[in-house]
Amino acid sequence: MNWPARRDTAMNNPRERILSRLKAAPKAAAPLRPDWTPPTYDAAGRKAKFKAMLEASHADVHEVSPHDWPQRLKTILANKGVGNVVYAPATPAGRQLAESWAGSGPELVAYDRAVEEFKDVLVSKADAGLTTTKGGIAQTGSLVLWPTPDEPRLMSLLPPIHVALVEEASLTDSLAETIRAQGWAGAMPTNAVLVSGPSKTADIEQTLAYGVHGPKELIVLLIGSDSP
Amino acid sequence: MAAEAGKMEFGAKAHTALNDPKLRANFRRAMDGLMTKRAIQFADEAEWTSLRARGAAARANALAKLAELLEQLEANCLRNGIQVHWAETTQEANSIVLGILEAAGARTVIKGKSMVTEEMHLNAHLEKHGITPVESDLGEYIIQLAGEAPSHIVMPCIHKNKAEIAELFHDKIEGQAYTENVDELTAAARAALRGAFAGADAGISGVNFAVAETGTLVLIENEGNGRLSTTLPPLHIAVTGIEKVLEKLDDVPPLLSLLPRSATGQPITTYVNMISSPRKDGEKDGPKAVHLVLLDNGRSRVHGDTELRDTLRCIRCAACMNHCPVYTRVGGHTYTFTYPGPIGKLLTPQIEGLDCAGDQPHASTLCRACADVCPVQIPIPDLLVRLRTESVRPTSGQAVKGAGSSATAAETLGWKGWTLLYASPLVYRIGTRMLGWFGNLMPSSAPMLKQWTSVRTKPKFAAKSLHELAREKGYCDE
Amino acid sequence: MTTPPRPNSVYFFGTCLIDLFYPEAGLAGMELLKREGLKVVFPPKQTCCGQPARNNGYQDEARAVARLQLDAFPGDRPIVVPSGSCAGMMKTHYPEMFEGTPDHDRAVAFSKRVFELTEFLVDVLGVRLEDKGQPVTVTWHPSCHSQREAGVIEQPKALLRQLANVTLVENPREKECCGFGGAFAVRQAEISAAMVADKVASIEETGATQVVSGDCGCLMNITGAAEKSRKGFKGRHIAEFILERCHGR
Repeated sequence: MNWPARRDTAMNNPRERILSRLKAAPKAAAPLRPDWTPPTYDAAGRKAKFKAMLEASHADVHEVSPHDWPQRLKTILANKGVGNVVYAPATPAGRQLAESWAGSGPELVAYDRAVEEFKDVLVSKADAGLTTTKGGIAQTGSLVLWPTPDEPRLMSLLPPIHVALVEEASLTDSLAETIRAQGWAGAMPTNAVLVSGPSKTADIEQTLAYGVHGPKELIVLLIGSDSP
Repeated sequence: MAAEAGKMEFGAKAHTALNDPKLRANFRRAMDGLMTKRAIQFADEAEWTSLRARGAAARANALAKLAELLEQLEANCLRNGIQVHWAETTQEANSIVLGILEAAGARTVIKGKSMVTEEMHLNAHLEKHGITPVESDLGEYIIQLAGEAPSHIVMPCIHKNKAEIAELFHDKIEGQAYTENVDELTAAARAALRGAFAGADAGISGVNFAVAETGTLVLIENEGNGRLSTTLPPLHIAVTGIEKVLEKLDDVPPLLSLLPRSATGQPITTYVNMISSPRKDGEKDGPKAVHLVLLDNGRSRVHGDTELRDTLRCIRCAACMNHCPVYTRVGGHTYTFTYPGPIGKLLTPQIEGLDCAGDQPHASTLCRACADVCPVQIPIPDLLVRLRTESVRPTSGQAVKGAGSSATAAETLGWKGWTLLYASPLVYRIGTRMLGWFGNLMPSSAPMLKQWTSVRTKPKFAAKSLHELAREKGYCDE
Repeated sequence: MTTPPRPNSVYFFGTCLIDLFYPEAGLAGMELLKREGLKVVFPPKQTCCGQPARNNGYQDEARAVARLQLDAFPGDRPIVVPSGSCAGMMKTHYPEMFEGTPDHDRAVAFSKRVFELTEFLVDVLGVRLEDKGQPVTVTWHPSCHSQREAGVIEQPKALLRQLANVTLVENPREKECCGFGGAFAVRQAEISAAMVADKVASIEETGATQVVSGDCGCLMNITGAAEKSRKGFKGRHIAEFILERCHGR
């Protein structure tokens, strides 16, 4: 028997079979999304909630100024006996850090090459990693990490201490607000991460333990406005 | 897969579980804790009601448009550089994953927690082909060491206590001293797995939500192993059931506000990881190749019935099983298949067939504790009744695999007899009069009565029924 | 919540379990209503709400029996039911059971007339109870269906709290299912046994001498298990309990 020349072989394909079954299903009306409002805060409340949520998750929050944060950080890390910090040299924050420390303090290790050449440092030698953030969400005490070519993903993940810089002015009330205000739907990056504390687990008898695979410590430097 | 797994074994396995005091104590304690934590999170009734409605609408909307959204998801993923594969069966999905690994020359694999890969028995398949995936989620790691299956969809080793885990680590981790200190056990796991992350050729993960609008895979976790397995290795394979799609990024916040609070009583998980592409030019880390595998395995059939379709709204929070009095007493392994608890009693018969798991929808008192807490308003008890109906009286179109397989002549006759008694006032009057006179003569060992009287005294038929007494007292007169 | 208007007469739906095993509870329920000045009518054609068939997957059979109840309770008189389980069945499921049939409108109207007994006593009649009985400590068992389908939670406790000599002790595990579940008690007998054992233990821990419930299925299950394991407490349907207190028995 001669099969028709343009026999549709697409039906032999799982994708086509799955989609055609789904399309053949009886239609149910797509429900309207009912109104739902996440909480909102005033400026003072926003900052307070952000801090409180992070602290409840075992993170440390320090209020700093745009000028003094590198020195404050140096003190914090010295008290912890931190030997080095992985940082992003090409970012304004990275430059500010390098200038301020200028040779004193923990060794600054630039994440300036591909991970393939940097893995060993990140996995076993780095003591801390410093990143900026795109913002902070008050309702859940969450940092918005938005990795870039200059500030790669693993900086906030492999070293046992993650230091995050959050501008107070960038704080938002809720994730819903953040997604809209920052126009995420228009351009999602390779990877965006909400970080709401150090790594933890409760798998062993529902008992909390920290630093499972991600950082054991999360230090948040909340940068206020310039006034004293 | 069905042939390997137990058929209609629920009762037998429950027997074992019920007679294990340690298991019962572990589950009781764990479920009490999880219920309390959840209640604290949702103390505000009004907030729960409006949030839940929003979450249910997000999921129902996605299911109503599922084909279109899957196409949109695929298009956006492809545009972003994520390769997309479709699998109708778990065998196909396993072959696809193996094929991707072999094409990349990947020999070592690190896994983030993924229930769908359990459904596929992926690890067994990879092991047969010389690749041993290492589970990186602490709970999954523990049960991998123990050679067991997870007993809960969020907390895989909830059935184990500290002493059992200490023993396991001491036994299986080289050089690990016996300790029940949770921090020390955690540190041991971190150290043991660090090298695995660093050396892995590929990372395999599940997906919590796949956003069609942007082609974004959302993964939530607390430990950091999910981020690590999807960032460090050069290849990332994400596997998901086809139902996990959301239409818009805006649908994520309400579900994110529902899932962790329902599951573990946390306001949010430590990490919410949103992946939209492999490593771009200029970026210094991230996998160079990202693949998404979409698994059907019976879901499109479930989707084909508008009532049963609600099963697919599930966001795998496990609140239903945390509140289920049956699950609490028998634990996850009693359910044999991947998904335990109330959602398992819906999913398993529909995926594996009512001929295989027809006992599961009956393993419920329909107490509705699950429906009360389901964040996406799945009418679980009503769907259980629907499956009970399908197992004896298939609806037209064979909506459910194995429908009709539990029908027996004896049972059908029994219910016809029941109808005869209860649908006719005259027969009822006579029948109940007889029961009043003779019912108490039934021996405790009679079938059905026997199960009752094993732990309870025999119910006593009253000498005169309420009908008779009401008549005597004049209540029957208009 | 708007209070439904107080009627002059009501129908009483006895339930099949009360009919056969606990007729005194049914009589007590009717008497409680009669004392409030209502005419109480017990239509003799009634049998069962149909729930056993529905829950076991036999929808045609359930519908046939439910239809008889639609026939047995004509008009628009309220139908008072001394069981959260049966009331829940009729309120929640009768409309959907008759969807697509000529009886649908009737079933919807019927479902709106159904009240669980304590719901009716508290919300419609606003009963005031005088306790003439001796001091007693009791605990309440809410059936799953009364809590979660019929939506009756506070009304029974409100009634018990009106009784001056009754000490109502809260059972922290009161919301947990007792394990009856109809056919479940036979199909998964062991799990059911474990659940009722836990329920009995939690009641015993309250120190109550009686457990009061609005559902005879649960009562049969709990008291049956308590008797078999020789626990000190007794079980009572709330209608009987309240009537006894009002009569000083």
